[in-house]
Amino acid sequence: MKLPIYLDNHATTQCDPRVVEAMLPFFTEYFGNAASRNHSFGWVAEEGVDLAREQIAKLIGANSKEIIFTSGATESNNLAIKGVAEMYAERGNHIITAATEHKAVLDTCKHLEKQGCRVTYLPLQGSGLIDLDMLRDAITDKTILVSIMYANNEIGVIQNVTEIGKICKEKNVLFHTDGVQAAGKIPVNVIKDNIDIMSLTAHKMYGPKGVGALYVRRRNPRVQISAQMDGGGHERGMRSGTLNVPGIVGFGKAAELCHQLMDTEMPKHRAMRDRLKATLEGALEETYINGTMEHRLPHNLNMSFAYVEGESLLMGINDVAVSSGSACTSATLEPSYVLKALGLGDDLAHTSIRFGIGRFNTDEEIDYVAKKMIEVVTKLRELSPLWEMFKEGIDLSKVEWTAH
Amino acid sequence: MAYSEKVVDHYTNPRNVGSMDKNDPHVGTGMVGAPECGDVMKLQIKVDPISGIIEDAKFKTFGCGSAIASSSLATEWLKGKTVDQAMEIKNTEIVNELALPPVKVHCSVLAEDAIKAAITDYKKKAVSTPALV
Repeated sequence: MKLPIYLDNHATTQCDPRVVEAMLPFFTEYFGNAASRNHSFGWVAEEGVDLAREQIAKLIGANSKEIIFTSGATESNNLAIKGVAEMYAERGNHIITAATEHKAVLDTCKHLEKQGCRVTYLPLQGSGLIDLDMLRDAITDKTILVSIMYANNEIGVIQNVTEIGKICKEKNVLFHTDGVQAAGKIPVNVIKDNIDIMSLTAHKMYGPKGVGALYVRRRNPRVQISAQMDGGGHERGMRSGTLNVPGIVGFGKAAELCHQLMDTEMPKHRAMRDRLKATLEGALEETYINGTMEHRLPHNLNMSFAYVEGESLLMGINDVAVSSGSACTSATLEPSYVLKALGLGDDLAHTSIRFGIGRFNTDEEIDYVAKKMIEVVTKLRELSPLWEMFKEGIDLSKVEWTAH
Repeated sequence: MAYSEKVVDHYTNPRNVGSMDKNDPHVGTGMVGAPECGDVMKLQIKVDPISGIIEDAKFKTFGCGSAIASSSLATEWLKGKTVDQAMEIKNTEIVNELALPPVKVHCSVLAEDAIKAAITDYKKKAVSTPALV
């Protein structure tokens, strides 16, 4: 077993060596511009892009003509939301999203609010799921778009996308979903799920960084999007810019591999995750799972270890890469807004750890992480005045703290 | 965030971890911070009533590595000082000693507050039990 161990697969994934292998010739041998129509260099590059378009479309049950390449999910989210807001401005100016979306969605919505759009930020239930009735009630005749992520990047909770899509269809509102954490990991099908627009990125599915895609439905309904960049009119006029051919080829290969491996990877990751959870819960009292386990990505575990602060926990397991919802790990000093939206108090939000299992993890690594976590939590609790008070039976919520 | 060697050392081998009897008239206890802020520091001093010198100091901290290191360092500095000398410890000295980055200055402020709170608590006890002074 090699250290450090990588368990932060929601942040990014290792590029699969098979993906790198597929990309390599497109840097040196087939280096043509996919937009060059009058020589073989261009044709070969275009063939590579076309294959990738098909591979990605197949992963999500789309038609290859419905895949628009971008620089990543941030750009895809911007293009989708701003593109719809501009294109459908005459029909309405109301957008609905959730409080726990990625910043690429939330900040895009905030930007549009400054331009006169009205945005509803739906709260979350304790489970991490949005309330479908609340969504239905929020839709007005001015609503043009609902943007709800498929699965959350922190708590891994999978929304009831099919139902959300159905509601949007009934109400004749476009449905965009940020699908980066779900696509390639669990079955995603744009037809079955009633998705109109979906953001994707290669680096969350063992592909390269800096390449993303936007699925844009072509019929029933035909979705139109205003380009956010002016230029050569690439990608059906929706996203100008010379295509990142090697990146796109890698993205395609990554999508193909995910598609092939999904049936074996899902149960494997779920078993590893469940063992990690059971071991930690068995050895440590006062641990809490954030978000429902029922509707969750099989490779995600988000757990709070009460009376121990997240960053000092990370420091104790410095040969394991995970992330913490604790404020101290960020420059903002505010604990995770996703955990707070679940109704978690700041105290528990400060003590959470996100584990993200991936393709290259082994059982041995999971056992090492569990053992290390138990050691460090136990050691830090010995150091924690809160733990001492809890053990003495003091109700911490009744203590008068000197907040500062 | 990359930590200085001294922070890592205090985090890995925290000095003077523990608790003293807070009802002991020679013990002053300071607890600052709040769980929802992500850090709580408990600092205790035991003062020799004749010399006025801090003969022991203990801490327990819930917080990040820098908070743990700041309070651990504080206990080291407290021991052997008189109560008045201890009152002079400044958070900036802790920042310098541990090479804390700007975002962690807060932890040193907390440590200074904990020191002051422990001394205040001790003095309050001393006044109410004059025979001990």
